[in-house]
Amino acid sequence: MIDYKTINLGHGSGGLMTRDLLDEIIFKTFSNPYLDKKHDGSVVKIEGEIAISTDSFVISPIFFKGGNIGELAVNGTVNDVAMCGAQPKYLSLAFIVEEGMKVDDFIKIVKSIKETADKSGVQIITGDTKVVERGKGDQIFINTTGFGPVNPKGYISADNIKVGDKIIVNGFIAQHGMAIMSQREGLEFESTIESDTTNLNFIANDLINEFELGIHLYRDATRGGLASVLTEIATDIKKGVSINENDLPLDKQVAAACEILGLDPLYVANEGVFLAIVDAEIAERVVKFMHNDEKGKYAVCIGEITEEHPNKVVMQSAIGGKRIVSPMIGEQLPRIC
Amino acid sequence: MKYLSEYRNLEATKGYLNLIARKVTRTWKVMEICGGQTHGLVRNGILDLLPPQVQMIHGPGCPVCVTPLNLIDKAIELLEIGVIVCSFGDMIRVPGSKKSLLEAKADGGDLRILYSPLEAVKIAKNNPEKEVVFFAVGFETTAPANALSVLHAQKEGITNYSILVSHVLVPPAMEAILDDEFCNIDAFLGAGHVCAIMGNEEYHPMSKKYSIPIIITGFEPLDLVQGIYMAVCQLEEGIHKVENQYSRVVKEEGNLAAKKVIQQVFEVGNREWRGIGEIPNSGYKVRKAFAAYDAETKFNIENIKVSESSICIAGEILRGIKKPKECPAFGKTCNPSNPLGAPMVSSEGACAAYYHFSNIEI
Repeated sequence: MIDYKTINLGHGSGGLMTRDLLDEIIFKTFSNPYLDKKHDGSVVKIEGEIAISTDSFVISPIFFKGGNIGELAVNGTVNDVAMCGAQPKYLSLAFIVEEGMKVDDFIKIVKSIKETADKSGVQIITGDTKVVERGKGDQIFINTTGFGPVNPKGYISADNIKVGDKIIVNGFIAQHGMAIMSQREGLEFESTIESDTTNLNFIANDLINEFELGIHLYRDATRGGLASVLTEIATDIKKGVSINENDLPLDKQVAAACEILGLDPLYVANEGVFLAIVDAEIAERVVKFMHNDEKGKYAVCIGEITEEHPNKVVMQSAIGGKRIVSPMIGEQLPRIC
Repeated sequence: MKYLSEYRNLEATKGYLNLIARKVTRTWKVMEICGGQTHGLVRNGILDLLPPQVQMIHGPGCPVCVTPLNLIDKAIELLEIGVIVCSFGDMIRVPGSKKSLLEAKADGGDLRILYSPLEAVKIAKNNPEKEVVFFAVGFETTAPANALSVLHAQKEGITNYSILVSHVLVPPAMEAILDDEFCNIDAFLGAGHVCAIMGNEEYHPMSKKYSIPIIITGFEPLDLVQGIYMAVCQLEEGIHKVENQYSRVVKEEGNLAAKKVIQQVFEVGNREWRGIGEIPNSGYKVRKAFAAYDAETKFNIENIKVSESSICIAGEILRGIKKPKECPAFGKTCNPSNPLGAPMVSSEGACAAYYHFSNIEI
């Protein structure tokens, strides 16, 4: 029975209050054979190579249009593991909660984590909860680490990329960043833009099963947006990246919001967008294959790898000019006029 | 997007580029005044599509870039004495003499990034125990909203709100450029959004006095190439007058309601421009009647004075005498992560535009 309305320092003490919080909320929600042992950690068996990834989630506001910090914490790590060509199976889950957080909000987030984990087929097998004094956190920070077996049919690595490879994006860009921006204090604007947070592990795995070594690289375009991922790839492989402005999948409302705030959608964060760099010969089939999946309904080829302008991303502008897409420096800032 | 996609049309833009190429017979230097236009040109790759005889010179129309170092130091001083400082986003990374507003925030200052000064009034209302200052930067374009915030605060009886004003005016800056002994500008693309507020009236005598074509121009690719074409036509035909390319937004008399609000709160006075120096009657000051809302008098920070980096050639760039790539520090000791001058910071700054969008050979 939970008879308190807010989380306090006692809930992070390791004493009975902590036990109560864990039993009533965490263990009840995530119950599975690994977690139910209530041991210091969990022992699991996995065959073959495994991929592992960790991520911390700090976002304000914690509830936003289209999702909340809990969903992000699962999808973010699940997607990072999926981008390694692996199928995530297990997650660790650690909370840093600020004293004074509403228990109802905490429960809402925990439930949402459970639902999201179920959707992606991952189990929470270990975790931690700490409470910090008021003013030393922003309600709640979450860290998750995920891992799972690498699909042996594929080989995902930047080394595979060759000149002529096509760059495919699974759907509309800049949705998450603009959804958050529309709810920030001082920048609020009316819109129905929702975060695109979602799990990409099944579509990524299905593509490997179908096209095997034809899939050369996956990257998810989270913080820093598509531009940051593309500029990183160009420098990593020391080849050029060429994209077409006209091919970028951009929702009209998102485009308009970016226009008003003076933000470049290429640099705005996504939480359900990934790019696949694939052999030119299979590119068309990959796009068609993705169209049959809800997560790839709007997939489109946006460009290719080139011999020219090594280390640089060049975008063909809508009016036929060329511009460099440079790495983002700090956070994008709304402009004056 | 209706009213945007039409102005990003490939065929129409190409059509004007062809017309320009056919019309031009010699070298012409055309200055686009506004930083938004500079970015439009560079970001869409228009500079490379223009015939080589048409040379675009980038003007001083980036409000962030011309805000003097003193003002940034003053805003930082306010943060350090516990005032909530609200600012437009692009201002916060511009280096002051010791640090930027963003660094002052990391040191514990309460800095809020806003998109409208009216939000700052709301913050003042919700924090009656704190002083709240809005960093009112910009050309004539942002002046009405900033003036309105003062009127709004007055109407609501909010006394803990004031504005730190760095408003500059476009026409005096254009005259200062034309009066410069090194000036080599043949025509201007006037700043469309400034004229949407102020109208075109001030530009007719200037065009006449200096025998120079002035085309009030928008910001989309098609606007820009059409504006350039209109300028080239006048130059080739040996005429000079004010023409309005951006007539879907700009009226001859401007926005009368906005002008009235500006008049009520601000008066014209001398202003220092970063990199250029003081230009007479080139900015707005808060009228005496509203002194209670003028942060400079309210907090006694009028005497903060500092000098600029000696390496940065922002002044010559803002006056159109040099291009960013002629600066020895460009892309080397000066880059967006470590800017020496404001044009490298603002999304409308000429140096940032070159760095971000056309650094193929860096």
